[in-house]
Amino acid sequence: MSRPEASRRPRMGAPKLEMDRIIDDRRTRIIVCCGSGGVGKTTAAAAIGLRAAERGRQACVLTVDPARRLAQSMGLTSLDNTPREVDGVDTAGGGSLYAMMLDMKRTFDEIVEAHADPDRAAQILANPFYQSLSSSFAGTQEYMAMEKLGQLRHADEWDLIVVDTPPSRSALDFLDAPQRLGRFLDGRLIRLLTVPAKAGMSYMKVLNAGFAMMTGALTKILGAQVLKDAQTFVTAFDTMFGGFRERAEWTYRLLQAPGTAFLVVAAPEPDALREASYFVERLDAERMPLAGLILNRVHTSPASRLSAARSLAAAETLEAQDRPNGSGSDGPRYPIAAAALRMHAERMQLGQRERRLAGHFTSAHPAIPVAEVIAQPEDVHDLDGLRLIGTMLSQQGA
Amino acid sequence: MTTRDTDWDGVRLHVVTGKGGTGKTTVAAALALALASAGRRVLLIEVEGRQGIARLFDCPPLPYEERKVAIGLGAQGAGQGGDVYALAVDPEGALLDYLEMFYNLRRTGKALTRLGVVDFATTIAPGLSDVLVTGKATEAARRRVDRRGDSHVYHAVVMDAPPTGRISRFLDVSTEVSGLAKVGPIRTHSDTVARVIRSPQTAVHFVTTLEEMPVQETLDGLADLQERTGGAIRPGGIFINMARPAMLDGADLAAAASGSLDVSELALSLKAAGIGDDHGLAADLMTELREHAQQVALQDREREELLTSGRPHYELPMIPEGIDLAGLYQLAATLREQGAA
Repeated sequence: MSRPEASRRPRMGAPKLEMDRIIDDRRTRIIVCCGSGGVGKTTAAAAIGLRAAERGRQACVLTVDPARRLAQSMGLTSLDNTPREVDGVDTAGGGSLYAMMLDMKRTFDEIVEAHADPDRAAQILANPFYQSLSSSFAGTQEYMAMEKLGQLRHADEWDLIVVDTPPSRSALDFLDAPQRLGRFLDGRLIRLLTVPAKAGMSYMKVLNAGFAMMTGALTKILGAQVLKDAQTFVTAFDTMFGGFRERAEWTYRLLQAPGTAFLVVAAPEPDALREASYFVERLDAERMPLAGLILNRVHTSPASRLSAARSLAAAETLEAQDRPNGSGSDGPRYPIAAAALRMHAERMQLGQRERRLAGHFTSAHPAIPVAEVIAQPEDVHDLDGLRLIGTMLSQQGA
Repeated sequence: MTTRDTDWDGVRLHVVTGKGGTGKTTVAAALALALASAGRRVLLIEVEGRQGIARLFDCPPLPYEERKVAIGLGAQGAGQGGDVYALAVDPEGALLDYLEMFYNLRRTGKALTRLGVVDFATTIAPGLSDVLVTGKATEAARRRVDRRGDSHVYHAVVMDAPPTGRISRFLDVSTEVSGLAKVGPIRTHSDTVARVIRSPQTAVHFVTTLEEMPVQETLDGLADLQERTGGAIRPGGIFINMARPAMLDGADLAAAASGSLDVSELALSLKAAGIGDDHGLAADLMTELREHAQQVALQDREREELLTSGRPHYELPMIPEGIDLAGLYQLAATLREQGAA
């Protein structure tokens, strides 16, 4: 039987991601899984944490917003901001697995309490702007995930921390958030808002017309009370700004250090791969250590030697045999074979499309190691499911 | 016949949400095409700065300006469709727009932007920037051709909204803002926006695939919407995207799932099809059939789960070649056949 060209041609070669080498290297202390929403970051992070633990590491998985059943698979039932040991892990190799879910607001409250005297802390916690910022700021989750990562790393109770980044709209938000907060805190507006309170009201008289116009407009849009609340909040917060920025910078340097490995997770779809590309370029620009790309939920076929075109043609051949003055009314002669061939053709088409999309990525970033994870019929809901993903991640042979 | 009943007659603002990766933007675009039947103008709004609409319609990045991007899906016997306009709303543009429209303060707005007011607002109080963005959508939905006339500029506005996990908070603008502003102009504005969002003129549609996580998020999202707003915001339909139809009928499907189909018979059929004598290939295809049957069973389970919500649902097929403009019209036609538009 002659086989189609495509199946014999060796796959264009991105280097293979050697997951076990990363996990087994004791110098690897932090693994960050990032990527756009819905690509399986959390599952990948959990699978890597489990595999590392079963290969002897003291691993801790920090997740931000896991799907309920995945959380259950690791025994996580509530947000309590403290790593808990996961049951059912094979600890024969001397390793262990802990996992925690991030409680964003609580992490923020704790920072405030740690950095301000009790009176001021109480004042901040009660301010409506703080409440809005700490529970809904789109970047707060990213910022707090980094803060928690810094804390866990600082505690030094685990020798490997695997973190899954927040489900951002864009994969980049997570790198930008601490800077955005920093820029915001340094901004001219903040300084203008804090000036009157610092210098006393007499200072108001010498303020320039621009400021008067601005506060005038803000009062018009927001109302005087809102502006006053914002000023009170910013002033109270001002004392903590230095500490905030220092921590953000420490975590940022931690991410640049050689003990960190970034893994970009993507599904073989245009949007996810586009985000992955941006992310790879961004990590490079920030000199963050990128370990590779995880291409998740790839469709393959055990019968890839039969091309989509031949399969479809064969299905048509069978269906054509039904038509001419058919031998009766008992329907098509080869319903199962025709269905199998049509389905196979579709599956091959999908696989080809995914491969083409992945090819765009690898030709733009030829040096980046790639690991593929084959699409599973069902979501992961137990440790066995995570183990299987971990095995696929590590065995990129063939 | 120019009019017919659809499930969402009377809805002017269609808010489309969904978990990441389920095809929210694609479904929003297909819905806009389907709604834009002859003579009807529809506005498709993007709020997350991703330029997903421009990519789908293969046009240059959208500015903060309503631009025609496509012609709606034609109806049988009624010629070609109406116009689909698109607009990318960002908080900064929306703030300038708001200042100009309500206070005639465009220049001041620009000065505020330079000072970082927008950064400030989006950082410290996202509720404020959400109300500006949703405000733009409600304004477009209510806009009249002329001040006295009854006819609207847009027959409908379709919003490609933030993902399921964030949608309730995004739409619950009055609660978000009232925590910050008890009185004042922004409060008045947010109350106006909230009135539109909480009226029967607005419906919130959920896009999902037939997979466990997106289905769970859809049900959680519906429950959250109900809980947070006490039912004041009207839930719309469930749009099942990328569904794969069963290729076999019931009994054969069950046999495929249990692995009791005859491999030798399949091998013979392959031979009849001219593939050659290849028992190994038949066995591999049988494996694929079994996986297909399992997937169909999983899809059925997830569909059942979705139906417990009691919401109307529509099903859009997986397009294996990927979505292009032709694919969008195909999806739009499917939506119209099923009564979504």
